[in-house]
Amino acid sequence: MDVTSFITILDSALRLSIPLLAACLAGLWSERAGVVDIGLEGKMLVAAFAAAAAAHAFDSAWIGLFAGLGASVAFALVHGFASISQRGNQIVSGVAINMLAAGLTAIVGNAWYGQGGRTPPLEGEQRFGDAILGHSALVFFALLAVPLTAFVLGRTRSGLRLRAVGENPAAVDTAGISVTGLRYAAVIIGGVLCGLAGTYLSVAQSAGFLPNMTAGKGFIALAALIFAKWRAWPALGACFLFGLLDAISIRLQGIVLPGIGEVPVQAIQALPYLMTVILLAGVIGRATPPRASGIPYVKER
Amino acid sequence: MSVPIDLPRWADTVLVPAVSVVAAFLVAGLVVLGIGENPLTATRLLLQGSLGSGEGLGFTLFYMTDFIFVGLAVAVAYHAGLFNIGGEGQATLAGLGIALTVNNLSFLPGFLLAPLGILGAAAFGAAWAAVPGYLQAKRGSHIVITTIMFNWLASVLIVYLLVNVLREPQSMNPETREFPLQSHIPFMHEVFAAFGIDIPPSQLNLTLLLALAACVAVWLLIYRSRLGYAIRVVGSSPTAAIYAGISPARVIIIAMVISGALAGGLAVNELMGYQHRLLLEFTAGYGFVGIAVALMGRAHPAGIVLASLLFGILYQGGAELAFEQPAITRDMIIVIGGIIILFAGALDGLFRRLVARLLPRPALARA
Repeated sequence: MDVTSFITILDSALRLSIPLLAACLAGLWSERAGVVDIGLEGKMLVAAFAAAAAAHAFDSAWIGLFAGLGASVAFALVHGFASISQRGNQIVSGVAINMLAAGLTAIVGNAWYGQGGRTPPLEGEQRFGDAILGHSALVFFALLAVPLTAFVLGRTRSGLRLRAVGENPAAVDTAGISVTGLRYAAVIIGGVLCGLAGTYLSVAQSAGFLPNMTAGKGFIALAALIFAKWRAWPALGACFLFGLLDAISIRLQGIVLPGIGEVPVQAIQALPYLMTVILLAGVIGRATPPRASGIPYVKER
Repeated sequence: MSVPIDLPRWADTVLVPAVSVVAAFLVAGLVVLGIGENPLTATRLLLQGSLGSGEGLGFTLFYMTDFIFVGLAVAVAYHAGLFNIGGEGQATLAGLGIALTVNNLSFLPGFLLAPLGILGAAAFGAAWAAVPGYLQAKRGSHIVITTIMFNWLASVLIVYLLVNVLREPQSMNPETREFPLQSHIPFMHEVFAAFGIDIPPSQLNLTLLLALAACVAVWLLIYRSRLGYAIRVVGSSPTAAIYAGISPARVIIIAMVISGALAGGLAVNELMGYQHRLLLEFTAGYGFVGIAVALMGRAHPAGIVLASLLFGILYQGGAELAFEQPAITRDMIIVIGGIIILFAGALDGLFRRLVARLLPRPALARA
């Protein structure tokens, strides 16, 4: 393999890891505050649809971005209402979000455009071009979110409070800080980041929305989150690793490697899932989630 | 709000799910309105398509069979306090179990081969659920995450096997060869024809009886057996279970094994009863609908039969509706499923309070 193809692979790994990264950080914010989010996939999907539809309607990729963020935050608020205000089961709510997103985008897309759920192809101003160093602005937003997340959660007062809510909400409540408020804030930030991930998929990486175009990326992001043990910089590493695997599996399609033969694409595709299961089983290190994640907070107890 | 709401039993088991389902349909109606169609016409077409003809009814019951199995699978795990969202993967592996069994033992007569195929489905489904169960019980890895990962692993595995290993050499489609004729589970119209009764042909097959038998078996297991008691104790309080001499780890693994085996029933109905070959994506998201079915049916077999019938009507009626009104595709059912999961599952407390407010005081006092 020569240098150019090596760089090509790294470049496409970066492109493929961006939606994973944004969604992974979304999960990080939410779960660090104690709200488990398996609805990353669904929020990315609604954002991808809303962004593509708005970018097409208003001839502007930026308006598309805001529509994507808005749709994703709206779904995040539904999840927040169910799991924070109503103290419902967060897993059940996440499953519902994923199903709603898959169904609604397909139905509305079909009703509006009549192209089997696709939006019309986006071109020119309707897409984020590769403006800076051969990448779109969204790539840098996602990358910038990593140090920001690490700084806010690690070094600022509100960040520490937010993490405390995910570990011991009763202590935070005793200190007179609103558990509900912090959790809603985290869920909304998660919505914004999922919106970024979804918008990137349909308005920057591709030119338009396809039904179910997230194709499990939300779950790979979830795997990356566990792999990174709920920390921001390792999340960047995990997402880039999974993006790299994806890039390699695309590259290796139909290529016979000397000594090994043809590597089945599926073997590489299975790796993120497999590695997560092995990590969770505690065979290589332990992945411990925030202590209060998944547990609704009841003030009176 | 802080006090747990005590509702009479009938209100808790019947009224609350009913109210949340009605609310879900109202929201779905709004979606139909939103895309510029008439919800009442849509409902009429839906009911006509699913119940209005013998053929439609047959298809409705065929889908109901699928949903009973996945609903029971979720319910059994749910009683043990586990959330098995791996029904898709378990059913996919069960399909592999069927294909390997019946295509490799095709020399056997039908009365041996068909039950062996069903056992193959149950065994493979159970095995695929046992691993996450074991990891939860012994290594503490969260069952939700591992079953999600196992869903994706299953879908990747089945693509690999069908494309590279199990596909017939001369065929372009990623599917196995047809199962041997004697292993096919007879269609209901064939069975009735043998007795001289004519019913309209449909995909409905004898697996429906197996599904109803599974309902009775699960009821006996959960509410009338020692193991079922242990499952329910572990589900409501693992610490109390240890105090009572029950090993939560053992019960968790057993519950997951039963759950996975039940999810395998989906493959039996779809593959042995209808498709007669293993193909990609035959689970079609039914594993997730199983969550809605179990939540709506309050994890009780009787409730699951009713919820499955409702979803059967939705699926069959939805197909007819999509044919009559192309704007409303079958994705509408996914939307309705999602809303039902949200309302009957995550927002349960909201609807319980709503019902408590609507009920007259004496009814509450008696509870």
